[in-house]
Amino acid sequence: MFRPRPDSRHATICVEVEGRLVRVPAGASAAAAVLIAGLSSIRETPLPTGQARGLKGHGAERGPYCMMGICFDCLAEIDGVPNRQSCMIAARPGMRIRRQRGARAVAMK
Amino acid sequence: MAPVRVARQEEMRRFDAIVIGGGLVGTAIGYGLARAGRLVVLIDEGDVAYRASRGNFGLVWVQTKGLGAPHYQRWTRASAAAWPLFAGELEERTGIKLGHEQNGGVQLCLSDAELAKRHAMMQQMQVEAGNFGFEYRMLDHAELAAMLPGLGPTVAGASWTPYDGHVNSLLLFHALHKAFAAAGGTYLPDSTVTAAVAAPGDFRIDVGSETLGAPQIVLAAGLGNAALAPLFGLRAPVRPQRGQILVTERTSRTWPIPLGSIRQTPEGSILLGSSEEEVGFDTSQKPEIMRAIARRAVLSFPWLAELQIVRAWSALRVMPPDGLPIYDESERLPGAFTANCHSGVTLAAAHASLFAPMVAAGALDPMLAPFSAKRFDVSAAA
Amino acid sequence: MTVDLAIIGAGPAGMAAAALAAELGLDTLVVDEADTPGGQIYRGVEHAPEASALGADYLPGRRLVTQLRESTARYRPGTTVWHIDPGASGGGILSLAAAGYSETVAARQILIATGAIERPVPIPGWTLPGVMTAGAAQLLLKTADLVPEGQAVLAGQGPLLYLTALQLTRAGAPPLAVLETTPAANYHAATARYVGELWRGRRDLGKGLALLFGLVRAGVAVRRGVRRLRVLGRHRVEGVAWEGGEIAVDHLFLHEGVIPNTQISLALQIAHRWDEAQRCWRPAVDEWGRTSLPGIAIAGDGAEIAGAGAAALSGRLAALDAAAALGRIDEEDRDRRARPIRSGLARERAIRPFLDALYRPADSVLSPADAVIACRCEEVSTGQIRRAVQLGASGPNQMKAFLRCGMGPCQGRVCGPIVGAVIAAARGVAIAEIGTFRPRAPYKPITVGTLAGVERDPHQIADNEQDSFA
Repeated sequence: MFRPRPDSRHATICVEVEGRLVRVPAGASAAAAVLIAGLSSIRETPLPTGQARGLKGHGAERGPYCMMGICFDCLAEIDGVPNRQSCMIAARPGMRIRRQRGARAVAMK
Repeated sequence: MAPVRVARQEEMRRFDAIVIGGGLVGTAIGYGLARAGRLVVLIDEGDVAYRASRGNFGLVWVQTKGLGAPHYQRWTRASAAAWPLFAGELEERTGIKLGHEQNGGVQLCLSDAELAKRHAMMQQMQVEAGNFGFEYRMLDHAELAAMLPGLGPTVAGASWTPYDGHVNSLLLFHALHKAFAAAGGTYLPDSTVTAAVAAPGDFRIDVGSETLGAPQIVLAAGLGNAALAPLFGLRAPVRPQRGQILVTERTSRTWPIPLGSIRQTPEGSILLGSSEEEVGFDTSQKPEIMRAIARRAVLSFPWLAELQIVRAWSALRVMPPDGLPIYDESERLPGAFTANCHSGVTLAAAHASLFAPMVAAGALDPMLAPFSAKRFDVSAAA
Repeated sequence: MTVDLAIIGAGPAGMAAAALAAELGLDTLVVDEADTPGGQIYRGVEHAPEASALGADYLPGRRLVTQLRESTARYRPGTTVWHIDPGASGGGILSLAAAGYSETVAARQILIATGAIERPVPIPGWTLPGVMTAGAAQLLLKTADLVPEGQAVLAGQGPLLYLTALQLTRAGAPPLAVLETTPAANYHAATARYVGELWRGRRDLGKGLALLFGLVRAGVAVRRGVRRLRVLGRHRVEGVAWEGGEIAVDHLFLHEGVIPNTQISLALQIAHRWDEAQRCWRPAVDEWGRTSLPGIAIAGDGAEIAGAGAAALSGRLAALDAAAALGRIDEEDRDRRARPIRSGLARERAIRPFLDALYRPADSVLSPADAVIACRCEEVSTGQIRRAVQLGASGPNQMKAFLRCGMGPCQGRVCGPIVGAVIAAARGVAIAEIGTFRPRAPYKPITVGTLAGVERDPHQIADNEQDSFA
């Protein structure tokens, strides 16, 4: 979906997106990593309440919209922590990024 | 308030009943009256107002109500008993699913001392209930942990009653407005009472651009009732009491029942409450209070620490001097009624299905006599 | 901890204010959510190569960052302000969260410099993946040298739209087309009324024309007077359509101007006013940036949209005023230093009335059709809002209670302008009369654990390793 421009001189790092290794420029956000990985969407909205238009079975698919921490449509699971604003988090080597599928689960120890 | 110029009969819009206040109390009463075939006008303030109804927790809560005041316990139980039918009827009339569940609830106790105190309270409530009965159970840590996943190790136990439950209070609010309109009610938002003339069975009020008249009037304006009541031969000495609530991101379904200060909505948000602050008409939020709520939540369920708080609010409860509701009808000006409480959700069923029919019939049932504001005169004299 | 001046935001206004305030002897703290300085306009500027695809405009940002770094101002990146308690006599107490910890800082003076956000562009299908703002495309280019793969179209109006199109072209990824929504009538209206400003703002006008020529030279198709934009696609954007045409695309970037980020100023219940020229809510500020709250000022695009140059200048004015308020300089000195800054500000602002008139958003951008989603977070449609107005929800906060719009994670940042405009149109009154949401703390999410102050959980540690609570 997104790629480095032809004459880019950015160093690159390796992150995991949905279990797949992806090479991204240093300085890219986790949201950008998802875009580079070519995922069609980054999350599914939590199941809609009764008043929303009927979407059966799963929530609406969303991708990043503003890339600056305002819209919260880029929510993703990063290193096991759900619902993080991925556009505000810099990609780090070995980061594990997964789509946010609806409401988060709770981890009870 | 300036004395109103007497409106000519033709200028005035006439109704069977005027209800002042469009929150949960006003709309429930308005809906009950409209459902009984009365022509009702509901007057409400504008977008920016104190509006306790926007700040409530959504509990249909019985087990903490009425220690030392069995009539309050009975009234609350009557409402709880009426709730399922009330919810079903609203859902049918409006198509809005209220998320109502009433399978019991627990009140957590974080220490042995708290648990002992709670136990004593429950025993006392049972004694006071007499033949009416009051069913409860005390749960120890082990039983509670089996029921509530991830329970904190320091939680001592809880009290449980079968009567408690919860509902999506915003959907309730929406449904009441929709049902009120569908039953022929007239809703006038952005309106405040600028002048009033009151005579027995004849009430006329000016709301900005027009005059409304009706033989009956119900004051359900929350904190606004304190100033309005004397105009109609009533007293409503309510004061504001602030409460703050935290709301988390949506999570998968976790608990089968609500807890007194923690509940999960059907959409998955977890509400954490609450506080009781005597600060006057101040709706600002206080980090120290929010911290205390967060701490208690984490002690109750350590895994809550990981959840993000996406929003929080503070709102002012409508609090009578002894915490019990004030229901009254004016002796000097028959036809004027008032309803005041801080449990607008729990009592919504009673307001629609019990209180409103009393108003429609012209007089409050004697069972509500102990809720009259006259009780404050007695204690003042004592 | 107590400081003289707390500045929220390390964009041009915040950086310029911090450097000057520190120079004037104020104990200054700058906090910013992002990991690096620059705000949005200068995002990533510290790491940008010298010859940037983004043009000469980008490099003044470097100077500001250097000034910030070399000043004695304390700079805390990766730090979120989640609550401010205004002090009765001025300034206030800020609650800050970073790396899983929360802390309070008292400040005698507070400067809010949180900049601008994109105006929402609610067209049918705007919530589909692959639809982003033009600013988003620009940020991806700025921070990581990324360009869209496949076919991209930009749609809307305003300088940022053309700038982004040109930057993408220079970066080797020319967009398929630019669909401009400016109504033909706006051209005449803008030039007729503001011909004087065109001369005063000739430097900016020149830049703008150069932009357009650049696009034309690069062969990017520009289609004017586009109406009834809508997105095509089922799970993701597949195309964009308008009255009289459609194209298949892989990416769509929308832009209808920027508006002040008023989240914190509204939460503080600072007085705001509706600006009909810019069609947005703005905090009411005086010539120093002072608001209705004592010791709390706003500088930069967060007070009034005027661009990065103006932001730095207004930041400096606020720093001067704070220094005078705290007695570090006297008012005469403050006013003397302010004079050249004000001249600069007048030059920066000169072109604004012309741009505001030319790129005035259409009514449909503010108040869309029934089927369009108004609140993205809670998936509330515009039609639902109109129906709730019929039920009596007469303002945004009542609307929130009826429909949950504004209750989602963005807390009304995106939907606020839409909800207000839809209610106003449905009621037949001016938007100014309708008012705004009342945002509450936490201004950005914090965990229950951070708030409770429980022991640090590895998951709570932010990816930003700069633990600056020392």
